[in-house]
Amino acid sequence: MSDEHIISIQGVSKEFAGVKAVNDVDLGIRRGEFFSLLGPSGCGKTTLLRMLAGFESPTRGEIFIDEQAMSAIPPHQRPVNMVFQSYAIFPHLDVRGNIAFGMRKSGLSKSEVNARVEEMLEMIKLPGYASRGATQLSGGERQRVALARALIKEPKVLLLDEPLGALDKKLREQMQLELRALQKRVGITFVFVTHDQEEALTMSDRVAVMSKGRVLQVEGPMGLYERPTTRFVADFIGTMNFFGGTVREAANGTASIDAGPLGQVRAATQDEAFTVGAEIVVAIRPEKLRLTFEAPGPAVNVAEGRMGPAAYLGDRSHLYVHLTGRDEPVAVAMQNEGRSAVGIDQTDQPVWLSWADDAIVLLPDE
Amino acid sequence: MSASWTQKRDRFGGLGVYTVIYLAFIYGPVLVLPIFSFNDSIYVAFPLKGFTFQWYEDMINNPGMLAALMNSLKVGGTVAVLSTILGTLAAKAVTRYRMPGRGPVVGFIMLPLVIPEIIMGIALLVMASTGGIPLSLLTIGVGHMLLCVPFAMVIMISRLEGFDKSLEEAGLDLGETPWCVFWRVTFPLVLPGLVASLMLTFTISFDEFILAFFLAGTDVTLPVFIWSQLRFPQKLPGVLALGATILTVTFIMITFAEWFRQRGDQLRKVS
Repeated sequence: MSDEHIISIQGVSKEFAGVKAVNDVDLGIRRGEFFSLLGPSGCGKTTLLRMLAGFESPTRGEIFIDEQAMSAIPPHQRPVNMVFQSYAIFPHLDVRGNIAFGMRKSGLSKSEVNARVEEMLEMIKLPGYASRGATQLSGGERQRVALARALIKEPKVLLLDEPLGALDKKLREQMQLELRALQKRVGITFVFVTHDQEEALTMSDRVAVMSKGRVLQVEGPMGLYERPTTRFVADFIGTMNFFGGTVREAANGTASIDAGPLGQVRAATQDEAFTVGAEIVVAIRPEKLRLTFEAPGPAVNVAEGRMGPAAYLGDRSHLYVHLTGRDEPVAVAMQNEGRSAVGIDQTDQPVWLSWADDAIVLLPDE
Repeated sequence: MSASWTQKRDRFGGLGVYTVIYLAFIYGPVLVLPIFSFNDSIYVAFPLKGFTFQWYEDMINNPGMLAALMNSLKVGGTVAVLSTILGTLAAKAVTRYRMPGRGPVVGFIMLPLVIPEIIMGIALLVMASTGGIPLSLLTIGVGHMLLCVPFAMVIMISRLEGFDKSLEEAGLDLGETPWCVFWRVTFPLVLPGLVASLMLTFTISFDEFILAFFLAGTDVTLPVFIWSQLRFPQKLPGVLALGATILTVTFIMITFAEWFRQRGDQLRKVS
């Protein structure tokens, strides 16, 4: 176990009535990082978080927090605090009572605790809220109070269970930035559970993508988006077009692939080793495709098709192109640089798609 | 005019008249009790003869009646506390844990709500006599427990179901032991339910007649005593005075319990 990891999850599984909610997970979370657990509902991310808090105990494996094994340690003695999805603000207490709830055994005097509460209120930008009743708070305010209530304990790790899910879009985007800034300021390790991939990419230093109880990939946002290693991750993060393909040639950092409707594809490879003749998946993101109404010059990495349906979104348009030999249209995203959007009301026009060598992601065929 | 329809509904129409008649039907007879308890005549009949406190004096100077009142308070108080404790524990089990046979168990606990009391009275009496158990306030209390536990349980289930489980987890997470979490989080949040349950179960036990009649030994509860008094016409006004007193106290208690419950609901809406 390396020193840089504040949390080390080793071979952890959790079964509920024979169903594996978390399946043999190994994970190291670094000191001071903003770490997200991302996945669709039922992927085991919340169960994993609740095992860190101590509300569930692993069926197998061990969790270490700051090099201390956690299996024998009950929730109230763990050096972590949690922000609950429902915020769990105590309705019978005012804001001060909520924030100071965990300070009873801190050894501080009442006035010292009150001073700390005022500091926390300052930090969450709700000064003067100390005597408000829990009933009088809006959703965003309750979220902040839940945050202050956990952070006043100065935990080694703060656990956040989809804390922004209940907020409306604008407020959520604002809270994402605030939460990220706050984490950098206090320097506490945050473990953040979310099913929203955009949120995870915006906020995190690193993200673990989970599916069916397993961790599929752990990486920084850019690595996750640009270099997914499985089809699930490629599909779950952003939008992706997938094509089946056969490797024809692979040498010197490039591979030549026969990708059916897409034609002959040349892709930049990194460390992956591909055997000639192997079946693989060719993946390309919509914004990495260029769409033109005339055939582009060089004949490599080009496919011809017909314009399909299009959706105008203001800043960009989502266009769909039909390729011969493929039922599902190819998604293309285009920035609307001029004031007349390309591709709208041009159904059935012949179009050409082209892309750069390094735009292609090669994935193993599962 | 489309507006006239809605206007008509707002006005005092047929439904309003029905409501008044209905309320008069319920509360008219009840109001007769306090009125005749101050009437200066042993006959319960109009016209009223004059104003007197004599029947209230009779009531206070009737040792049998006071003894019965004390018995009822004893049984009611004990039953209220015990059935609220049992009802709360059962409600906690039902709302917090998954267990085999949960549905049938809850069903059987609730069943006394629909079994006719006279059936239960006979059954319990048969059991007591075949088991050689002497009839006493204890047997009455046991019978009342059967009636009261379901009510306590219903109240506490509705209380606990609207209770966000993560509130208790948050208490643990913030460093309190399970015992302290119970006192600092769970107890204050279920307190309104407990108070409502105590009051309701006490009231049920206090005015219950059929089981008490079957299961009473030499010590009787108030309703049974009142029934025995009705055979003597001259005792009737004293019973009316007692009835009026109980009515007033019950009304105050139920109003308080209801107020307490609603206050609790308002608190719960946040969580």
